[in-house]
Amino acid sequence: MGSSSSKTISAGLAIAESDRKVDPASSKTGTRSAWFRRLLANPVTVISLIVIGIAVIMALFAPLIAPQSPTFADPFVRLQGPSVDHLLGTDDLGRDVFSRLVYGARISLIIGIGVTVAAGILGSIFGLVAGYVDVLDPYIMRTMDGLMAFPSILLAIAIMASLGPSTFNVFLALTVVYTPTIARLVRSTTLVIRQQPYVESARVVGMSDSHIMGKYIFPNGLSPLIVQCTFVVAFAIISEASLSFLGAGVPPQQPTWGNMLRDGQSLMQQAWWMAVFPGTVLFVMVLAMNLVGDGLRDVLDPRSQQR
Amino acid sequence: MIAYIVRRLVSLIPVMLIVGVVVFGLVHLTPGDPAGVILGDRATAEDVDRLRDQLGLNDPLPVQFINWISGVVRLDFGESVFLGEPVTQALLDRVVPTTLLTFYALIIQLAIGIPLGVFAAVNRGSLVDRALTAVAISGAAIPTFFLGIMLILVFGVKLQWLPAIGYVQPTEDFSAHFVRMLMPAFSLGFSSAGLLARMVRSSMLDVLQDDYIRTAFAKGLARRRVVVGHALRNAFIPAITVIGTSIAALLGGAVVTETVFTIPGMGRLVVQSIARRDYPIIQGAVMVIALAYVLVNLVVDILYVYADPRIRVG
Repeated sequence: MGSSSSKTISAGLAIAESDRKVDPASSKTGTRSAWFRRLLANPVTVISLIVIGIAVIMALFAPLIAPQSPTFADPFVRLQGPSVDHLLGTDDLGRDVFSRLVYGARISLIIGIGVTVAAGILGSIFGLVAGYVDVLDPYIMRTMDGLMAFPSILLAIAIMASLGPSTFNVFLALTVVYTPTIARLVRSTTLVIRQQPYVESARVVGMSDSHIMGKYIFPNGLSPLIVQCTFVVAFAIISEASLSFLGAGVPPQQPTWGNMLRDGQSLMQQAWWMAVFPGTVLFVMVLAMNLVGDGLRDVLDPRSQQR
Repeated sequence: MIAYIVRRLVSLIPVMLIVGVVVFGLVHLTPGDPAGVILGDRATAEDVDRLRDQLGLNDPLPVQFINWISGVVRLDFGESVFLGEPVTQALLDRVVPTTLLTFYALIIQLAIGIPLGVFAAVNRGSLVDRALTAVAISGAAIPTFFLGIMLILVFGVKLQWLPAIGYVQPTEDFSAHFVRMLMPAFSLGFSSAGLLARMVRSSMLDVLQDDYIRTAFAKGLARRRVVVGHALRNAFIPAITVIGTSIAALLGGAVVTETVFTIPGMGRLVVQSIARRDYPIIQGAVMVIALAYVLVNLVVDILYVYADPRIRVG
């Protein structure tokens, strides 16, 4: 599953790492517009980007797009199927499913992007330091190994059980879950890049370690990191939905795709639309994110391409 | 080989220690007094004190940790706050459904993933190959619980071919057990099957270009024997690692799938324990599943080294 998540990431990573060699020259900034053009040459990537764009617009302009408030309950239109008045039907409290879907995009995107940025920053710091400072390497990486010894959704559930349900706690828990995967990736690219002659020269010239890490190593290992981050967005979105579905995520009164699926499952016999629409939107969003990741990998990191 | 296994076992010690610290620390993440949180607002100060005592919360933190971890080593996770029985007993009662579900899902993953991967590689670039890749990519994106819900909706509610939810013990009535596990196992195994199919496909493509495959064809072996007997045997080795990581993913996914299909396993117990604030149960279950996960990966690594002697040196 998706919750299955970071294990799938690391599996994909293992495939990618086996035949990747970091070539510092290929990621020079001068070629930026060239790779962007190559990215847009792939129709699958373009369609996926459009899908993600629609989700972003839904999240940003939710009050303008949603026909009514996501929490407005009209007792006279409970459990109605899709119609002109209610495009995707209504739920058991008479709330408009489409409006709730539009607002649900907010939580999914906030969690997906927030977790990726936080885990990306923390994981990069840990990975850079572990890969560059040999004394700290075993301590940092054993800790990361320890955190990766849990199935990711289980660790997230356990943290949520202690912190209690809230959107911020979901963000915290998933950041803890996904930081180690990033740290592992950044460490492995750091180990390769630190062998490069220009890093040696920088050291000889007398640059400080933090300067070398920030100015030389990190930018040159950016391509695989960006690719990995798009997958983390997808996994964070699935994980948030899983947590909310289990009742351990975002509080039930807030409209999220996971919460809607939770409500929908119990009423499946009477109202299929309550589960089918949020699930489909979730699936399409995650699929688009994964496909953008694949497209980015083909362009940024061609050597790791799987035929 | 034995030296390798010993080395790997030793390297597990720090990892499991960190796992222990994390699981122990979970209770102390709770805002406020865990005993007060467990019992809720209406509890008397006396009750809270008694529970603090039972959970050992009155001891200094290092003492608590030593007590807890020495219990864990003896597989004693304390008493469940809600069920009123030892955590170990509660987990033992629920370990079989979880194990069986993971095992069936693994079989489904192998039964779908390997043939599809081989078929796609042999017919590279064909319409079937592209369709399989598309299915594999979509499979990885569909959340297992949504796939489970859709299966229930179609086969349980609309067509009524399969019982929608519930669990029957295999010792009680095996065919009823089997029929009820079909949908959960499929929804759990499907997404990993896609990943495995892609991995098998790409390593088959590598192997099919090797000289010995050309030799096998040249000496007139049947296509089927070359593909299965020569190519797959070697292409399968890299796939072993994917199977290892996906068993882990299946274990995690089982937590969610059990809830969807109301299977009385460890995952469902964990999810039920969240609302009950039954921390000892959550700690025990998470610890056991993490241990199972680490051991599975160890076994897979050993199998990998066994299957490919070249790795042993490094």
